[in-house]
Amino acid sequence: MIPEIGQFALVLALSLAVCQAVLPLIGAHRGDVAMMNVGRSAAAGQFVFVAVAFGCLTWSFIANDFSVLYVANHSQLSLPTIYRVSAVWGAHEGSLLLWIFILSAWTIAVARFSSGLPAAFAARVIGVLGLLSIGFLLFALLTSNPFDRLFPAPGDGGDLNPLLQDPGLAIHPPLLYVGYVGFSVAFAFAIAAMISGDLDQRWAKWTRPWTTVAWMFLTLGIALGSWWAYYELGWGGWWFWDAVENASFMPWLIGTALIHSLAVTEKRGLFKSWTLLLAITAFSLSLLGTFLVRSGIIVSVHAFATDPERGRFILAFLAIVVIGALILYAWRAPSLDSDVGFAPLSRETFLLLNNVLLVVATTLVLIGTLSPLVVELATGGKISIGPPWFNVAFLVPMIPLVILLGMGMHTAWRTQASKPWLNTFKIPAIIAIILGVVIPLFVYGRISILLVVGCAAAAWIVASSLIPIIRSVRREKGTAGITRSALGMTIAHLGMGSFVLGATVVSAFGVESDRALQPGESIEVAGFEFHMKSLGNAQGPNFSAIEAEIEIRDNGEYVATVRPQKRQYLVQRNLMTEAGIHPGMDKDLFVALGDQLGDGAWSVRVQYKPLIRFIWLGALIMAFGGLIAVSDRRYRPGSKTSSTAPAEPAKAAEAPA
Amino acid sequence: MNRYVWPLVAVGVLLIFLSIGLKDRDIRALPSPFIGKPAPQFELPTLKNPEVTIGSKNLAGDYAIVNVWATWCVQCRKEHGFLLDLAASKTIPIYGINWRDSRVEAIRWLDDLGDPYVASAYDADGRVGIDWGVYGAPETFLVDPEGTVIYKHLGPLDSYVWQREFASRMASGGARP
Repeated sequence: MIPEIGQFALVLALSLAVCQAVLPLIGAHRGDVAMMNVGRSAAAGQFVFVAVAFGCLTWSFIANDFSVLYVANHSQLSLPTIYRVSAVWGAHEGSLLLWIFILSAWTIAVARFSSGLPAAFAARVIGVLGLLSIGFLLFALLTSNPFDRLFPAPGDGGDLNPLLQDPGLAIHPPLLYVGYVGFSVAFAFAIAAMISGDLDQRWAKWTRPWTTVAWMFLTLGIALGSWWAYYELGWGGWWFWDAVENASFMPWLIGTALIHSLAVTEKRGLFKSWTLLLAITAFSLSLLGTFLVRSGIIVSVHAFATDPERGRFILAFLAIVVIGALILYAWRAPSLDSDVGFAPLSRETFLLLNNVLLVVATTLVLIGTLSPLVVELATGGKISIGPPWFNVAFLVPMIPLVILLGMGMHTAWRTQASKPWLNTFKIPAIIAIILGVVIPLFVYGRISILLVVGCAAAAWIVASSLIPIIRSVRREKGTAGITRSALGMTIAHLGMGSFVLGATVVSAFGVESDRALQPGESIEVAGFEFHMKSLGNAQGPNFSAIEAEIEIRDNGEYVATVRPQKRQYLVQRNLMTEAGIHPGMDKDLFVALGDQLGDGAWSVRVQYKPLIRFIWLGALIMAFGGLIAVSDRRYRPGSKTSSTAPAEPAKAAEAPA
Repeated sequence: MNRYVWPLVAVGVLLIFLSIGLKDRDIRALPSPFIGKPAPQFELPTLKNPEVTIGSKNLAGDYAIVNVWATWCVQCRKEHGFLLDLAASKTIPIYGINWRDSRVEAIRWLDDLGDPYVASAYDADGRVGIDWGVYGAPETFLVDPEGTVIYKHLGPLDSYVWQREFASRMASGGARP
């Protein structure tokens, strides 16, 4: 009964989505206030029914209702309750329902906070979001119904993929989806602006906080995914350039470009058509990611159960959304661009370069992701583009990006006098060069050009980000002299510095070693002694495991004990590696059990990962910067303050927002 | 051409290419590299009696189907009723490969639900499954009298799939009419 209620709620949600899409768009066209207002109520109703559907599916999992096919395939009696809840989004159908739920939540957030917007504009935004809801609800109902019944019902289910039985996974997809789906708001704002043919600086001011919030969640989601892969997949890496990782990374790169481009559009009224294009692209790449993951077109550890029917549906949906948006763009964008100029040395130039480099980076990732497919179609042969290619290709746009980032922050809008500008960079440049040599050579004892570039770049970002803060402290105004916007930017850039440092050091000085080890034996890796004290059995709720107790010593001094496990899940019979990790800010020590070698010995993979935490810490700091930026006074409802930033250098050139 | 149209062109090309990729994937979705080749050689103990082995030799001489199943597999339960009907109709001998399963539970499953198989091989560690290119249970292979695999079906069998994919191939000696 409960699943049927959920099914029925989804159908009702679809009919409300149709109202939400059609009536406000017609109302906005005709200037009919009553029709425009329908959008908000329909969106609220849609949210309620989607929530009911989501609740019904969750209930079916908690109650172990194996007569629901999706539950039978992805849950099991002995699965702990928390994973029965997260199993709701553990596979295709349920995660699509989560996607729809988040889309409707974003929609009511927009409806709630759009009271300050012109009525016709708000109606169009809500209408466009309704169109997207229709697409996804149809996708669920026609190809991926999570409420399909199974008759006769089995006594027990097939269990959730053990890889997914982890707290990290319980929150990784929701965070990622909030980010992905959040870009649909920027997309809807862009479409609404193009329909009305009216795009001014206020438009950018409205769009910015929504984009930043979406970007924040995407940042956290990707970072959490990376961390999860690190400790759960048992490989010890933090990024694999897997097709699906790339699918989440491309919208992030474009979203980052969009945030910067929106800043120019808001402050100076420039880059309008470019900003629109980025808003369309960010969401289109989210959809492309969905297509790549769910159509089975690309082979990946992440791929969902493949079904060509679903692939065709998403491809058709993607085509309608993107081609529709781009036709509108080709028609409307030419009339929106303004001819305000800016000098070659100005913040506009740096933000333009930022955008160009981020788009180049995205294009490289896209090429790397799709080219195996192109080659296979064209020649029938298989090629594999792996991390070595990506690591090199990606650095090409990233190194200039990082260097320009430090400079752009201190460049005035419109035009910048070169002499005081160059003086600003003396101290950060000296700090960067010194640390660029000191960190690799004296802390880790080895040096190369790439290492100097990486460490210097990190120091450069950090030092130049701190300038405005140090300056305003010196003036004894405290950081209160900086707007939240500028402070948020500074913090996000510090996070970038942390990330660059961590990524540089761990890729250069990380040690991986595969060795044989048996109880009573010791091995030495990266100067640490790993002693296997014992090897025994352990039992979990739905798995049994072999667990090693390994003591780590540094020059005879006790450091930590880790307990890596090799788990066998009882229902799906998968073997899973549960790494034993001794975490630390300066380094992680990582031990994973491999295979049994006979004579009681096991192959173990031991890793020394210096500064790897700086990578995820950097992402956390970036997201925190986004949070600070959206808390800026001028985004609050009713705020009419102009966005002058007193502590920003060269405030004289600031344009009123 | 005006620069505002370029994104449309680029996306158009990308979409055409993705749709070709998807179509191509459709065509290749089912046929496995084993189709048209002799069935992989195997010899395994039977499920019910570890002393007795079953293998390629048993398949020769007539059309037969090889069904890969396990007790943890939900879809196997779904197709079990059809397999019982098929066995009762004596259309074709059904051989099972009990795949990555527990012997005790598998025997109990057959006792509870009925046993459609002439015999089931017991592939505890999935070795034979690898030789046969099994992705997941259930999978069903159609083997002709010469011992050649002529069709492979992923997912549960039912009478519709049987008529359309299996019966027609047996009637026409391999190719689907």
